[in-house]
Amino acid sequence: MTTPRRPSPPLRSPERRRGEPGPSGDSAAKRDSERRPGELTARELGRWTWRQITSMRTALLLLLLLALAAIPGSVIPQADVDSLAVTRWKDQHPKLTPIYQKLDLFSVYSSPWFSAVYLLLVLSLVGCIIPRLLVYYRALRAQPPAAPRHLTRMPVQASYTTEQAPADVLEQARGVLGRRHRLRATGDGDDYVAAERGYLREAGNLVFHLSLLVVLAGVAMGSLWGYQGGVILVQGTTFSNNLTQYDDFKPGGLFRQDQMKNFRFSVDDFSVDWLKSGPRFGQARKFEAALSYRTGDAEPRKYNLRVNHPLEIDGTDVFLIGHGYAPVITIRDGSGQVVCTGPTPFLPRDASFLSYGVVKCPTAKPGQIGLEGMFYPSFEMQNGNPVTVFGDDLNPTLSMLSYTGDLGLDDGRSQSVYVLDKAKATPLKKADGKPMRVDLQPGDTVELPDGLGTVTFDRVDPWIRVQISQTPGKGIALLGVILALIGLCGSLFIRPRRVWVRAVPAEDGTGTRVEVAVLDRSGNGETDEVLARLLPQLKKESQ
Amino acid sequence: MSNTAWETLSNQAVATAGIVYFLALVVYLAEWASLRQPAADRELVGVGGGAEPAASAAAPAAGAPAARTAFLGRLGILLTALACAAHFVALVGRGMAADPNRVPWGNMYEFTLSGTFVVALLYVVLYKKFALGWMGPLVVGFVVATLMVAVIWLYDAVAPLTEALNSPWLVIHVISAVIATGAFTLGGIASVMYLVRMRAERRAAAAERPLSRWLDRVPQLDALDRLAYRVHAFAFPVWTFAVLITGPIWAHEAWSRYWNWDPKEVWAFITWVVYAGYLHARATAGWKGRKAALLALVGVATLWFNFIGINYFSTTSQHAYAAERIVP
Ligand code: HEM
Repeated sequence: MTTPRRPSPPLRSPERRRGEPGPSGDSAAKRDSERRPGELTARELGRWTWRQITSMRTALLLLLLLALAAIPGSVIPQADVDSLAVTRWKDQHPKLTPIYQKLDLFSVYSSPWFSAVYLLLVLSLVGCIIPRLLVYYRALRAQPPAAPRHLTRMPVQASYTTEQAPADVLEQARGVLGRRHRLRATGDGDDYVAAERGYLREAGNLVFHLSLLVVLAGVAMGSLWGYQGGVILVQGTTFSNNLTQYDDFKPGGLFRQDQMKNFRFSVDDFSVDWLKSGPRFGQARKFEAALSYRTGDAEPRKYNLRVNHPLEIDGTDVFLIGHGYAPVITIRDGSGQVVCTGPTPFLPRDASFLSYGVVKCPTAKPGQIGLEGMFYPSFEMQNGNPVTVFGDDLNPTLSMLSYTGDLGLDDGRSQSVYVLDKAKATPLKKADGKPMRVDLQPGDTVELPDGLGTVTFDRVDPWIRVQISQTPGKGIALLGVILALIGLCGSLFIRPRRVWVRAVPAEDGTGTRVEVAVLDRSGNGETDEVLARLLPQLKKESQ
Repeated sequence: MSNTAWETLSNQAVATAGIVYFLALVVYLAEWASLRQPAADRELVGVGGGAEPAASAAAPAAGAPAARTAFLGRLGILLTALACAAHFVALVGRGMAADPNRVPWGNMYEFTLSGTFVVALLYVVLYKKFALGWMGPLVVGFVVATLMVAVIWLYDAVAPLTEALNSPWLVIHVISAVIATGAFTLGGIASVMYLVRMRAERRAAAAERPLSRWLDRVPQLDALDRLAYRVHAFAFPVWTFAVLITGPIWAHEAWSRYWNWDPKEVWAFITWVVYAGYLHARATAGWKGRKAALLALVGVATLWFNFIGINYFSTTSQHAYAAERIVP
């Protein structure tokens, strides 16, 4: 904070109050004259730095810097938001990728430089708030200041004469102002009334800024102790809340496994409403998953999980965030034994629910069997191309390529269930040398060449993708913003005002001369209007 | 009435509103033009006018031209109000055309329709209280231009809401966001005029000639500054409520994370921070007035960029209204 530069002394903004030179100001000036120019003690340097950091101007610049720093994350894909987009971007920009990576541009909002900006802002905020809290505490207990000597020199003032005695005028003024102002206790011989109102404005401002810290604390708790995990669940399956059951899991920095609540739920049914007409033809709506869930040994309970209606179990939230198809495929090997069977989730490629999936059957004899291909919910041939015309499974069809050989499942490396490792596998060929396609509709069975076995497409089950998360501190963050909003309204809409009324015997000896001045300390109020409203009241009461 | 009838009604109402806004614009421009009187007249009132706008506005010396100006001004606000009513019908029609009926905030076209409606409505409502007559051509011009953008580029047929939008929070969140957007826009217009008038005043002072008459109608700098502040002071808490309270609550329910640094969220945050900067600027010596007004303009730019622009820059936004989100 620099020393005040503005000339008009009565306009004390909070900034000025913070900037008032401390008691050491004078002696420092004296010492200055004895030293060479440019010389600063460490203490002074420290104080100077602190003042810079906590100055209003720095706060303003840091705010603008924060806005600026937030921009890159909105144009460059962010790993936290859409990791797929990040991978795609990296593939397209091999040259820029290392540079961007160095600059943390794929995780802007957790990068050191972004954190530096907001931490500096927090520092500035704390440095700004604490002194102001003290100032405010003192201001609350202080009396409204005495009237300036020359009220008529104030920017907004008026004067008039009346027949009434000065003491009566002041008495009336106290009556008028006392209702909505705090009055200064009068000393003997005071010829004025001093009134002040709007103390809560500063309180609002302080609450607002302090609440920002509360919000930050809440958000920080969420990212330190929270977690988010996702899992795909086929209709009819059960999930127990256990690390091993998740498909993906993102814990916060201080997450401990014993935080995970003990619950289970099963997906009994899933239904979707498909729009069969209108401009949004093909759009899916009313996703609804019927769950039964239980915590510990409690009785199972039912819940209809829908978008916008998450299920909360014991502080853990379960959200429905996606759905798709899982064809149920049965593979019999060369000996006619069922070796692999069950639903396999296929991942939708787009809104038409054309889906991609992989089936691996390493236990089949005489050779391992791998399938890779597409699922068409509503299959149709259009101009010789296979397409799906609708997202609903009106004509479910599988079309996959088949492989045998080493699927890479035996060497102990972990492998995505959605990728077929074809490095050491060979595509199966039909007798005529063409690739062996497995094109099936529910109930169909196809025989693989070389006596490898058969593949049967039994039926299609829906799957849902649920997100399961704990977000500790979300209540605190919410409380913080609500408090901030309340404080903000106080800070913006309460008008801090001082009013002085002075009554002295008129110079010509007849009656009393009354001077009134109004000062709006926020600099935003309509002081003229206030004065205009006040004058008739003062005059009326004095009749 | 059938759904298609409602949709047709809505389209016709938009067209009507557009035409009437345009008429209002023409009338306002005529009003401005009538302020630029022939030189002889100008001589009469111009002298005092430059120094004391209040006096010149009421100057009886202008006689018949002043009466004409006043008439045009009244006609302008009347037309604006009529257009605003048609605009409202257009919004209702969109909502009624959908099956099931809903709030008219399903896609960008409807958002833009609502945003411009709030700008016009706030103008009409606040016209008297803040003596906003001078703002007429700017507001109406902005509304006409944005409506044209909406009709030409953003038009979308009536459709049911996507599942994530289907929430009571949509109503609360969008109402507050749209109101704040409308108010920030008005505040931005006041700030533009602050800068324009400031420049004109400086030039006029340098050339020692009075301010041009149409600028005379614009309030004085400190009044403009205060007006801009009051509008912003109203809009900022509403925006805070929209993007930092209802937005996250809804995002938590629909997408499982209350804040995800999604591009729309990022820009809403940027807008918020810039306006916080604006409020700080007004309390900082050396930033009052001009710099604060510039910041307000940056704020409005980020606001409308977020409203319309970001959709074209970023494909990862979950707020891509038309697209179906529930595809993993
Ligand atoms: C974390 C970022 C911050 C945000 C979002 C923020 C936001 C705001 C807002 C919206 C206001 C307007 C309310 C009003 O006019 O009373 C305000 C006022 C104020 N802020 Fe901040 N602020 C931040 C940090 C700071 C810091 C670091 C300081 C200290 C240097 C500071 C000092 C002030 C002061 C003194 C006012 C009162 C201005 C007046 O009297 O009009 N703020 N702030």
